[in-house]
Amino acid sequence: MAAFEIGQAVKVRAEHPLQPQPVHIRTPWYLRGKHGVVERRLGEFHNPEDLAVGRYDTPEVTLYWVRFTMDELWSGEGTYGPSDSLVVEIYEQWLEADDDAKSRRAA
Amino acid sequence: MTHDHEHDHEHEHHHDHDHPHDHGPFQPDIKEPTEEWEFLEIAMRELLIQKGIITAREVEDMIEEWDGKVPENGARVIARAWTDPDFKARLLADGNAGVQEMGMDLPGLKLVVLENTPKVHNMIVCTLCSCYPRTILGLPPLWYKSRAYRTRTVREPRAVLAEFGTELPDSVEVRVVDSTADCRYLVMPMRPEGTDGWSAEELARLVTRDSMIGTAVALNPEGARG
Repeated sequence: MAAFEIGQAVKVRAEHPLQPQPVHIRTPWYLRGKHGVVERRLGEFHNPEDLAVGRYDTPEVTLYWVRFTMDELWSGEGTYGPSDSLVVEIYEQWLEADDDAKSRRAA
Repeated sequence: MTHDHEHDHEHEHHHDHDHPHDHGPFQPDIKEPTEEWEFLEIAMRELLIQKGIITAREVEDMIEEWDGKVPENGARVIARAWTDPDFKARLLADGNAGVQEMGMDLPGLKLVVLENTPKVHNMIVCTLCSCYPRTILGLPPLWYKSRAYRTRTVREPRAVLAEFGTELPDSVEVRVVDSTADCRYLVMPMRPEGTDGWSAEELARLVTRDSMIGTAVALNPEGARG
Protein backbone atom coordinates (compact mmCIF):
# COMPACT_ATOMS: atom_id res chain seq x y z
CA MET A 1 0.00 0.00 0.00
CA ALA A 2 2.69 2.45 1.04
CA ALA A 3 4.47 4.00 -1.90
CA PHE A 4 7.81 4.81 -0.28
CA GLU A 5 10.35 2.64 1.52
CA ILE A 6 12.25 3.51 4.66
CA GLY A 7 15.58 5.02 3.64
CA GLN A 8 14.28 6.11 0.24
CA ALA A 9 15.30 9.52 -1.08
CA VAL A 10 12.25 11.71 -1.66
CA LYS A 11 11.41 15.24 -2.71
CA VAL A 12 8.58 17.32 -1.31
CA ARG A 13 6.37 18.52 -4.13
CA ALA A 14 7.16 22.12 -5.02
CA GLU A 15 3.50 23.04 -5.29
CA HIS A 16 1.76 26.01 -3.77
CA PRO A 17 -1.91 25.43 -4.48
CA LEU A 18 -4.17 28.35 -3.63
CA GLN A 19 -7.14 27.06 -5.61
CA PRO A 20 -9.75 25.72 -5.41
CA GLN A 21 -10.68 27.42 -2.16
CA PRO A 22 -10.81 26.50 0.60
CA VAL A 23 -7.32 25.00 0.82
CA HIS A 24 -5.94 23.37 3.95
CA ILE A 25 -2.36 22.11 3.79
CA ARG A 26 -0.19 20.51 6.46
CA THR A 27 3.04 20.58 4.48
CA PRO A 28 5.01 23.59 5.70
CA TRP A 29 5.97 26.06 3.00
CA TYR A 30 9.68 26.00 3.89
CA LEU A 31 9.85 22.30 2.94
CA ARG A 32 8.30 22.52 -0.53
CA GLY A 33 10.77 21.36 -3.16
CA LYS A 34 13.28 20.14 -0.55
CA HIS A 35 15.05 16.77 -0.66
CA GLY A 36 14.91 14.37 2.27
CA VAL A 37 14.92 10.72 3.27
CA VAL A 38 12.00 8.61 4.51
CA GLU A 39 12.85 7.69 8.09
CA ARG A 40 9.71 6.03 9.38
CA ARG A 41 6.22 5.06 8.30
CA LEU A 42 3.64 6.37 10.75
CA GLY A 43 0.54 4.62 9.45
CA GLU A 44 -2.62 5.49 7.57
CA PHE A 45 -4.59 8.60 8.47
CA HIS A 46 -7.53 10.52 7.13
CA ASN A 47 -6.25 13.26 4.89
CA PRO A 48 -6.59 16.56 6.80
CA GLU A 49 -6.84 18.38 3.47
CA ASP A 50 -10.17 16.60 3.04
CA LEU A 51 -11.33 16.63 6.66
CA ALA A 52 -10.82 20.39 6.93
CA VAL A 53 -13.37 21.03 4.21
CA GLY A 54 -15.92 18.41 5.25
CA ARG A 55 -14.93 15.55 2.94
CA TYR A 56 -15.07 12.65 5.39
CA ASP A 57 -15.42 9.68 3.03
CA THR A 58 -12.13 9.88 1.13
CA PRO A 59 -9.53 7.09 1.48
CA GLU A 60 -6.85 7.25 4.17
CA VAL A 61 -3.34 8.21 3.13
CA THR A 62 0.06 7.10 4.43
CA LEU A 63 1.91 9.50 6.68
CA TYR A 64 5.72 9.46 6.70
CA TRP A 65 8.50 10.83 8.80
CA VAL A 66 10.87 12.56 6.42
CA ARG A 67 14.30 13.70 7.56
CA PHE A 68 16.13 16.69 6.10
CA THR A 69 19.62 18.03 6.70
CA MET A 70 19.70 21.62 7.92
CA ASP A 71 22.00 22.52 5.01
CA GLU A 72 19.37 21.27 2.54
CA LEU A 73 16.83 23.62 4.12
CA TRP A 74 18.91 26.71 4.87
CA SER A 75 22.18 26.44 2.85
CA GLY A 76 24.22 27.56 5.84
CA GLU A 77 21.98 30.55 6.60
CA GLY A 78 21.02 29.46 10.10
CA THR A 79 22.39 28.65 13.54
CA TYR A 80 22.81 24.88 13.62
CA GLY A 81 25.48 22.25 14.10
CA PRO A 82 27.02 20.14 11.33
CA SER A 83 24.95 17.05 12.13
CA ASP A 84 21.68 18.77 13.08
CA SER A 85 18.56 17.67 11.24
CA LEU A 86 14.84 18.22 10.94
CA VAL A 87 12.14 15.59 10.95
CA VAL A 88 8.59 16.26 9.87
CA GLU A 89 5.40 14.35 9.14
CA ILE A 90 4.43 14.52 5.48
CA TYR A 91 1.49 12.86 3.75
CA GLU A 92 2.15 10.61 0.81
CA GLN A 93 0.54 12.88 -1.79
CA TRP A 94 3.15 15.54 -1.07
CA LEU A 95 6.12 13.27 -1.80
CA GLU A 96 7.74 12.07 -4.99
CA ALA A 97 10.66 9.68 -5.49
CA ASP A 98 13.96 11.51 -5.76
CA ASP A 99 15.75 9.22 -8.19
CA ASP A 100 18.50 11.75 -8.90
CA ALA A 101 19.65 11.87 -5.27
CA LYS A 102 22.61 9.52 -5.82
CA SER A 103 23.94 11.27 -8.91
CA ARG A 104 23.51 14.66 -7.22
CA ARG A 105 25.60 13.51 -4.26
CA ALA A 106 28.28 12.16 -6.61
CA ALA A 107 28.47 15.44 -8.51
CA MET B 1 -19.50 36.18 30.44
CA THR B 2 -23.05 37.56 30.50
CA HIS B 3 -24.03 41.09 29.58
CA ASP B 4 -24.96 41.70 33.20
CA HIS B 5 -21.40 41.00 34.22
CA GLU B 6 -20.00 43.38 31.68
CA HIS B 7 -22.30 46.07 32.96
CA ASP B 8 -21.07 45.46 36.51
CA HIS B 9 -17.48 45.85 35.40
CA GLU B 10 -18.24 49.18 33.79
CA HIS B 11 -19.90 50.34 36.94
CA GLU B 12 -16.84 49.40 39.01
CA HIS B 13 -14.57 51.32 36.66
CA HIS B 14 -16.63 54.47 37.17
CA HIS B 15 -16.43 53.93 40.88
CA ASP B 16 -12.63 53.73 40.69
CA HIS B 17 -12.43 56.96 38.74
CA ASP B 18 -14.29 58.74 41.52
CA HIS B 19 -11.60 57.78 44.03
CA PRO B 20 -8.22 57.91 42.31
CA HIS B 21 -6.38 58.42 45.62
CA ASP B 22 -7.63 55.05 46.90
CA HIS B 23 -5.57 53.07 44.35
CA GLY B 24 -3.33 50.58 46.09
CA PRO B 25 -1.43 47.73 44.51
CA PHE B 26 -4.07 45.67 42.75
CA GLN B 27 -4.17 42.98 40.15
CA PRO B 28 -5.28 44.19 36.73
CA ASP B 29 -8.74 43.02 35.80
CA ILE B 30 -9.19 40.34 33.14
CA LYS B 31 -8.83 42.03 29.77
CA GLU B 32 -12.15 42.97 28.22
CA PRO B 33 -12.60 41.51 24.74
CA THR B 34 -11.54 43.91 22.02
CA GLU B 35 -10.68 41.75 19.05
CA GLU B 36 -12.95 40.24 16.47
CA TRP B 37 -12.07 36.64 17.32
CA GLU B 38 -12.83 37.25 20.98
CA PHE B 39 -16.31 38.56 20.19
CA LEU B 40 -16.77 35.64 17.81
CA GLU B 41 -15.94 33.16 20.59
CA ILE B 42 -18.36 34.82 23.02
CA ALA B 43 -21.13 34.99 20.43
CA MET B 44 -20.64 31.35 19.47
CA ARG B 45 -20.54 30.16 23.07
CA GLU B 46 -23.62 32.14 24.08
CA LEU B 47 -25.54 30.90 21.05
CA LEU B 48 -24.63 27.28 21.80
CA ILE B 49 -25.77 27.74 25.41
CA GLN B 50 -29.01 29.52 24.40
CA LYS B 51 -29.85 26.78 21.93
CA GLY B 52 -29.26 24.14 24.62
CA ILE B 53 -26.44 22.42 22.73
CA ILE B 54 -24.01 22.90 25.61
CA THR B 55 -24.44 24.32 29.10
CA ALA B 56 -22.39 26.96 30.87
CA ARG B 57 -21.60 24.31 33.49
CA GLU B 58 -20.08 22.08 30.82
CA VAL B 59 -17.85 24.92 29.65
CA GLU B 60 -16.65 25.50 33.22
CA ASP B 61 -16.12 21.76 33.75
CA MET B 62 -14.04 21.56 30.59
CA ILE B 63 -11.87 24.49 31.67
CA GLU B 64 -11.35 22.83 35.05
CA GLU B 65 -10.51 19.52 33.41
CA TRP B 66 -7.85 21.16 31.23
CA ASP B 67 -6.44 23.11 34.15
CA GLY B 68 -5.96 19.73 35.86
CA LYS B 69 -3.70 18.44 33.09
CA VAL B 70 -0.18 19.37 34.13
CA PRO B 71 3.40 18.52 33.07
CA GLU B 72 3.82 16.44 36.25
CA ASN B 73 1.84 13.72 34.49
CA GLY B 74 4.43 13.56 31.72
CA ALA B 75 7.20 13.60 34.33
CA ARG B 76 5.74 10.47 35.96
CA VAL B 77 5.82 8.72 32.58
CA ILE B 78 9.45 9.65 31.96
CA ALA B 79 10.59 8.75 35.48
CA ARG B 80 8.96 5.35 35.24
CA ALA B 81 10.68 4.75 31.89
CA TRP B 82 14.03 5.62 33.50
CA THR B 83 13.50 3.04 36.23
CA ASP B 84 11.61 0.30 34.36
CA PRO B 85 13.38 -0.90 31.16
CA ASP B 86 10.42 -3.03 30.05
CA PHE B 87 8.05 -0.09 30.35
CA LYS B 88 10.52 2.12 28.48
CA ALA B 89 10.65 -0.39 25.62
CA ARG B 90 6.85 -0.50 25.43
CA LEU B 91 6.60 3.30 25.60
CA LEU B 92 9.11 3.82 22.79
CA ALA B 93 7.43 1.16 20.64
CA ASP B 94 3.90 2.53 21.14
CA GLY B 95 3.53 5.82 23.00
CA ASN B 96 -0.27 5.62 23.25
CA ALA B 97 -0.19 2.14 24.80
CA GLY B 98 2.59 3.21 27.16
CA VAL B 99 0.81 6.24 28.62
CA GLN B 100 -2.46 4.30 28.76
CA GLU B 101 -0.79 2.04 31.32
CA MET B 102 -0.57 5.17 33.48
CA GLY B 103 -4.14 6.28 32.92
CA MET B 104 -3.54 8.82 30.16
CA ASP B 105 -4.55 8.84 26.52
CA LEU B 106 -4.52 10.93 23.35
CA PRO B 107 -7.75 10.16 21.53
CA GLY B 108 -7.34 10.14 17.76
CA LEU B 109 -3.65 11.04 17.80
CA LYS B 110 -0.47 8.98 17.61
CA LEU B 111 1.98 9.61 20.46
CA VAL B 112 5.64 9.22 19.55
CA VAL B 113 8.13 9.24 22.42
CA LEU B 114 11.56 10.49 21.37
CA GLU B 115 14.51 9.30 23.42
CA ASN B 116 17.39 11.71 23.88
CA THR B 117 20.81 10.01 23.91
CA PRO B 118 24.44 11.19 24.11
CA LYS B 119 24.26 11.39 20.29
CA VAL B 120 20.78 12.83 19.58
CA HIS B 121 18.86 15.64 21.27
CA ASN B 122 15.24 15.97 20.13
CA MET B 123 13.39 19.28 20.22
CA ILE B 124 9.72 19.83 19.36
CA VAL B 125 8.07 22.67 17.49
CA CYS B 126 4.85 23.13 15.55
CA THR B 127 5.52 25.62 12.79
CA LEU B 128 1.94 25.53 11.49
CA CYS B 129 0.10 26.15 14.78
CA SER B 130 0.51 24.81 18.31
CA CYS B 131 0.35 20.98 18.18
CA TYR B 132 1.38 19.74 21.62
CA PRO B 133 0.72 16.61 23.72
CA ARG B 134 -1.85 18.47 25.80
CA THR B 135 -3.33 15.50 27.58
CA ILE B 136 0.16 14.57 28.84
CA LEU B 137 1.77 17.99 29.44
CA GLY B 138 -1.25 20.28 29.80
CA LEU B 139 -1.75 23.43 27.75
CA PRO B 140 1.38 24.64 25.94
CA PRO B 141 3.37 27.61 27.28
CA LEU B 142 2.74 30.87 25.45
CA TRP B 143 6.24 30.92 23.97
CA TYR B 144 5.61 27.56 22.31
CA LYS B 145 2.78 29.20 20.34
CA SER B 146 4.75 32.37 19.56
CA ARG B 147 5.74 33.18 16.02
CA ALA B 148 9.34 33.68 17.17
CA TYR B 149 9.72 30.16 18.60
CA ARG B 150 7.93 28.56 15.65
CA THR B 151 9.95 30.28 12.94
CA ARG B 152 13.33 30.30 14.64
CA THR B 153 13.48 26.75 16.00
CA VAL B 154 13.58 25.13 12.57
CA ARG B 155 16.25 27.51 11.31
CA GLU B 156 18.42 28.38 14.30
CA PRO B 157 17.80 25.63 16.85
CA ARG B 158 21.17 26.15 18.54
CA ALA B 159 20.43 29.84 19.12
CA VAL B 160 17.01 29.02 20.59
CA LEU B 161 18.50 26.32 22.82
CA ALA B 162 21.16 28.76 24.05
CA GLU B 163 18.43 31.21 25.07
CA PHE B 164 16.93 28.42 27.18
CA GLY B 165 20.37 27.91 28.75
CA THR B 166 20.97 24.69 26.85
CA GLU B 167 24.39 24.38 25.24
CA LEU B 168 25.17 21.11 23.45
CA PRO B 169 28.43 20.09 21.77
CA ASP B 170 28.55 19.86 17.98
CA SER B 171 28.98 16.10 18.34
CA VAL B 172 25.33 15.91 19.43
CA GLU B 173 22.79 15.92 16.61
CA VAL B 174 20.01 18.37 17.42
CA ARG B 175 16.98 16.89 15.77
CA VAL B 176 14.14 19.37 15.38
CA VAL B 177 10.80 17.63 15.04
CA ASP B 178 8.16 19.78 13.36
CA SER B 179 4.76 18.51 14.54
CA THR B 180 2.48 19.12 11.59
CA ALA B 181 -0.10 16.40 11.43
CA ASP B 182 -1.49 13.42 13.31
CA CYS B 183 1.42 12.77 15.69
CA ARG B 184 2.19 14.30 19.04
CA TYR B 185 5.64 14.08 20.57
CA LEU B 186 7.02 13.64 24.05
CA VAL B 187 10.77 14.00 24.52
CA MET B 188 12.38 11.57 26.96
CA PRO B 189 15.33 13.52 28.35
CA MET B 190 18.47 11.67 29.46
CA ARG B 191 18.45 10.51 33.06
CA PRO B 192 20.75 12.82 35.04
CA GLU B 193 24.03 11.38 36.30
CA GLY B 194 24.30 10.84 40.03
CA THR B 195 20.76 9.51 40.44
CA ASP B 196 21.53 5.80 40.79
CA GLY B 197 19.11 4.13 43.14
CA TRP B 198 16.60 6.99 43.06
CA SER B 199 12.92 6.03 43.04
CA ALA B 200 10.62 7.01 40.19
CA GLU B 201 8.91 9.52 42.51
CA GLU B 202 12.23 11.21 43.30
CA LEU B 203 13.31 11.22 39.65
CA ALA B 204 10.02 12.73 38.46
CA ARG B 205 10.93 15.98 40.24
CA LEU B 206 13.91 16.39 37.89
CA VAL B 207 11.76 16.11 34.74
CA THR B 208 10.65 19.61 33.76
CA ARG B 209 8.11 20.58 31.15
CA ASP B 210 10.85 22.13 29.01
CA SER B 211 12.92 18.95 29.16
CA MET B 212 9.95 17.08 27.67
CA ILE B 213 9.64 19.67 24.87
CA GLY B 214 13.39 19.44 24.33
CA THR B 215 14.35 23.06 24.96
CA ALA B 216 16.18 21.94 28.10
CA VAL B 217 17.73 18.88 29.69
CA ALA B 218 16.48 17.34 32.93
CA LEU B 219 17.49 18.98 36.21
CA ASN B 220 20.61 17.77 38.01
CA PRO B 221 20.38 15.79 41.30
CA GLU B 222 20.37 19.05 43.26
CA GLY B 223 17.24 20.07 41.37
CA ALA B 224 19.02 22.85 39.47
CA ARG B 225 19.42 23.39 35.75
CA GLY B 226 22.27 21.18 34.58
